[in-house]
Amino acid sequence: MLRLPPFEYHAPKSIAEAVALKAEYGELAMYVAGGTDLFPNMKRQQFTPQNLIGLRKIPELFQLVFDQDGTGLTLGAGVSLNEVAEHPDILKNYPALAKAASLVSAPQLRNMGTIGGNLCLDTRCTYYNQSYQWRKALGFCLKKSGDTCWVARSSPKCLAVSSSDCAPVMVALEAEFCLASPAGEAVKTRIVPASEFYKNDGANFLNKTADELLVSIRLPTYYSGKSGIGWKMNYRKLSRRNAIDFPLLGVATAFRQKDNGDCAEARIVLGAVGSSPLRADEAEKILQDGSLTLERIEDAVQAAAKLAKPLDNTDMTLSYRKKMASRFITEAFNEVLKV
Amino acid sequence: MNKNNNYQWIGKSWTKVDGLAKAKGETVYADDLFLPRMLYAKMLRSPHPHARIKSIDISKALKRSGVVAAMTGKDLPIPFGILPVSQDEETLCVDKVRMIGDPVAAVAAIDEETAEAALEDIVVEYEILPSILTIEDGLKPLSERPVREESGLPAPDVPAAEAQIHEYADSGNIHKQVALEFGDTETGFAEADHIREELFYYEGNTHLPMEEHSAVAQHGADGRVTLWSSTQTPHYVHRALAKVLEMPASQIRVIATPVGGGFGGKTDPFQHEMVVCKLAMMTGRPVKLTLTREEVFYTHRGRHPVLMFVKAGMKSDGSITALHFRNFLDGGAYGSYGVASTFYTGALQTVTYPIANYKFEAMRVFTNKAPCGPKRGHGTPQPRFALEVLLDKFAEDLNLDPAELRLRHLMPDNSKTINHLTVTTNGLGECIRKVTESSGFQKRRTESTLGKGIGLGCGSYLSGAGLPIYWNKMPHSGVQIKIDRGGGVTIFCGSTDIGQGSNSVLAGIVAEELGIGIEQVIVVTADTDLTPVDLGSYSSRVTLMIGNATLAAVRPLREQILSATAEVLKIPAEKLTLRRGQVVSKNGSVEPVSFVDAVQWAETKFGTLGSVGSYTPPRRGGKFKGAGVGPSPNYSYSACVAEVTCDPESGLYSVDKLWLAHDIGQAINEKLVIGQVEGGAYMGLSEATMEAQVYRAGKDNPAGLHKTPSMLDYKSLTALDMPEVETILIETHDPEGPYGAKEAGQGPLLPIMPAIANAINNAVGVRVDEVPITPEKIFQGLQNLKKGKSGRIGPKKFPKITFPEALKVEPPEDNSVL
Ligand SMILES: Cc1cc2nc3c(=O)[nH]c(=O)nc-3n(C[C@H](O)[C@H](O)[C@H](O)COP(=O)(O)OP(=O)(O)OC[C@H]3O[C@@H](n4cnc5c(N)ncnc54)[C@H](O)[C@@H]3O)c2cc1C
Ligand code: SF4
Repeated sequence: MLRLPPFEYHAPKSIAEAVALKAEYGELAMYVAGGTDLFPNMKRQQFTPQNLIGLRKIPELFQLVFDQDGTGLTLGAGVSLNEVAEHPDILKNYPALAKAASLVSAPQLRNMGTIGGNLCLDTRCTYYNQSYQWRKALGFCLKKSGDTCWVARSSPKCLAVSSSDCAPVMVALEAEFCLASPAGEAVKTRIVPASEFYKNDGANFLNKTADELLVSIRLPTYYSGKSGIGWKMNYRKLSRRNAIDFPLLGVATAFRQKDNGDCAEARIVLGAVGSSPLRADEAEKILQDGSLTLERIEDAVQAAAKLAKPLDNTDMTLSYRKKMASRFITEAFNEVLKV
Repeated sequence: MNKNNNYQWIGKSWTKVDGLAKAKGETVYADDLFLPRMLYAKMLRSPHPHARIKSIDISKALKRSGVVAAMTGKDLPIPFGILPVSQDEETLCVDKVRMIGDPVAAVAAIDEETAEAALEDIVVEYEILPSILTIEDGLKPLSERPVREESGLPAPDVPAAEAQIHEYADSGNIHKQVALEFGDTETGFAEADHIREELFYYEGNTHLPMEEHSAVAQHGADGRVTLWSSTQTPHYVHRALAKVLEMPASQIRVIATPVGGGFGGKTDPFQHEMVVCKLAMMTGRPVKLTLTREEVFYTHRGRHPVLMFVKAGMKSDGSITALHFRNFLDGGAYGSYGVASTFYTGALQTVTYPIANYKFEAMRVFTNKAPCGPKRGHGTPQPRFALEVLLDKFAEDLNLDPAELRLRHLMPDNSKTINHLTVTTNGLGECIRKVTESSGFQKRRTESTLGKGIGLGCGSYLSGAGLPIYWNKMPHSGVQIKIDRGGGVTIFCGSTDIGQGSNSVLAGIVAEELGIGIEQVIVVTADTDLTPVDLGSYSSRVTLMIGNATLAAVRPLREQILSATAEVLKIPAEKLTLRRGQVVSKNGSVEPVSFVDAVQWAETKFGTLGSVGSYTPPRRGGKFKGAGVGPSPNYSYSACVAEVTCDPESGLYSVDKLWLAHDIGQAINEKLVIGQVEGGAYMGLSEATMEAQVYRAGKDNPAGLHKTPSMLDYKSLTALDMPEVETILIETHDPEGPYGAKEAGQGPLLPIMPAIANAINNAVGVRVDEVPITPEKIFQGLQNLKKGKSGRIGPKKFPKITFPEALKVEPPEDNSVL
């Protein structure tokens, strides 16, 4: 078995304490929640923090509050993926999120893994998620310790894949992320919309400084309240196996239909085919406030699928993943229209 | 042999003797061993697929605090290998490395972290050599190799001969070539009504046992070396150690620890085993080395990738007039079992259906990748896949039910195949009938629901190779039994329980013969100091051979117990028998006496109770060169029906159910056999649907890197992908097996791959003539169909290469019925 490099573990009891520790140790420290992403990466020496700031003893990170008529869902970053997958409020009001969480890996990992860790998940690439010795034989790569991108040698930036199942759903549901960071003795917070949290750059994929802690996620209500009724949402995942597989394509969708069947609002977000979740703005515009004719749907599918630019750095061939993008989006429409 | 329903244990289901300890975590695997003052070793591995070693400097590593010793190949330079003809492996590479992952130096330190850190201190200077990464490249004469590195980098200015991986190869990088012809295929094809020529490809894959290989060595004050290792073949490791360490075998003790899965991946003597012994000798301290998962992928010895050309001729009635296989095997960097694997890609095509004339040609090439070897089914799954898919295509041509086509032409009992193999009993017909009935095959096959499909595949495997790996006429399996005055019976056998349950087989047979409880039998196995030689857990030989050896050892003891008891009770021994811990008279005329009393009377009469038994398979098979691969005491048969649902738009599919019938001869422990059959189904399905041990190669790639050396990225089936399996056991009571038994460890895997391929074709009309059968490939086939093209996916090109003239072998004189 690969050995974990040595580190010192800190167990702060509050957000203030956690960000203060981060300020104290600076670059030598990292936050760790469930550790299901970070520890394997540490074993492979992608990260070698000397201090880990554990987030499991901070009560504020475990809140899960649903306010139907007001703020919607407030979800602490430390809530486990299993709880996200099984909580009745989430199952009922955000079924796409529950489904995405339920499709992550396997039960043991969902017990340990958190929603916060999932949303901050490191991008993945078959040239990068390898042991130190393997990467040394390769000559390393742009994302870590090297200067070539082996997937596209002419690419100036890393093209590693955004592989979180929940991230595309968060973007589709227009979630907001609450981040905390040290400000002298105090704690500074800011709110970022999910779509702005992610950057399409494999090596630098989060719009977040290293000392910022993801505290919670806020989701507006969908079945009632200001957005009206009639939302249908889903998440579809392409993977080779039914468990323990990262997405090779994720399609998060949310539609609201008018009483006459027309589309009121449409959201389509692709996961795992770029370095960030990709929102299909153009396709959404095509559908917005119009009747759902087959022609328009076809145009929207084309427009959305065009965004998928898979590369040869995951399982399954890139041409297949690209083809499946339009297939999965079409299926999402079929489901809404029941055709 | 008639079915005997009077058994106390045989054919019943009882708990594995080591089952509870495993479930409770008590079992001590090699990596669980901790000896006082133990050191931990790590090996530095090559980052280049093919390179000359110019120098290795370990001096800095030796200076690191916590490092106790370091070694290079020069410290133990004698080569070894499992086959006498392929002694091509080194403990640590001396002059050159032949694959990424080849070890070049080793360090022993006070803990793993220190040993690992010390690897970074070692400086190795390499001179890069051209690398060979494909079958096509391996087949090229050295002079014709393109002068370009696979990495796309300019080729170093080296002579063509530098591209040769091993000098002892038959020619260039062709390790081994074989050409045999049984009967006359030309005449056979002339007699055929239908002829098909097909290309198939079977991707390489690996064993993926849960337990990574691990070894601990100790050099005792008495000068003896003890090795504990997770190996399937302690006897062969013992021999290899004696050679490499240059020590008498009597000074070496090899103990196979309980093996956490082997599947053929722990059947060779390995570098890490040599390394721990040498480091223990250098330091005077015990040394442990446990491989990482990535290192297990480099150690490999898994399924050979095989490219196949098959030509077959068939009469309108479905009989096969001629069959020609031409196989290219990608062997990887070392010989391993490769010569045997090469022959196995041609040996067992003949034992299912009569083949009137048969030609078999094969070449195994060396490539700069992890060495291939035996994986469950050893060399047989690849041609079996091809043959069974081919039969499905013929069935379409002839408009015959695929089950009917096979049922019409089965090798009869007591017959000889065209390549001189003896079939004693063949339960394939019964297997086919049972799986097709249970699944409703005939009806469902013809229902045309797009996306729903059903397919049939068959297979056969040997119950142990007829010949040992090194030439000798000694027994293949030996057993010793001693009986304690307290009634405990200890059986000693060199066999290795790798999870398949061989320890339980030993206990079950002894308990059956002596009429005692399983828990009364103490099983001591796989320890070269304590147990008589058994060749090891490979080639599905164990139950048949240790079973027969056990019977030979236990029956005289049984006679002694009965005769002593008869004397005391004053009745004839024939009137007595052993049942449920007692000696009882068959007609109830005397009171039963306890087994313990009987044993004490026997010891009084005969002295210390002990016996030995051994088994040597019958000498069978032809006399031609290569006839050693294929003969076996008996053959198991299996048939599988698979049902799939495949999305005709995306090619994504699920396997809904498998019906799997296996001719087991006679189950020794029914539950264990079902476990083996299901395990085979799982492994076969995983290969059929996704597994691939593949490497980066080609112009834009860094050459020779394993693509997915982790359990996350190397795709194998999870519990959620596994369908229901309906297992049906067929008992043919074979005269060669103990109580009539045959093998169960490998055969049941064989029919799965073709059954899936045939079911996919039935569902969506796409023929995938390749393993694995992935959604991507099916999708491609569906696209082709939409464009009005053929839906076949598979190899299109076949290397043009001249084979040596085939050795002509006359058919056996009595090739119909013996
Ligand atoms: C075998 C395997 C299969 C997997 N399959 C999937 C899959 O199918 N889909 C999928 O989406 N993921 C998958 N994962 C990835 C991962 O396990 C999950 O995404 C999980 O949710 C990560 O959560 P965690 O709490 O364990 O994160 P950690 O490992 O603790 O952290 C991950 C990263 O996020 C940072 N981080 C964590 N919490 C915070 C916070 N509150 N604020 C700021 N930074 C934070 C950490 O510093 C670290 O960089 C898989 C992992 C493995 C090992
Ligand atoms: S995309 Fe390129 S740079 Fe990024 S991890 Fe992969 S190989 Fe490295």
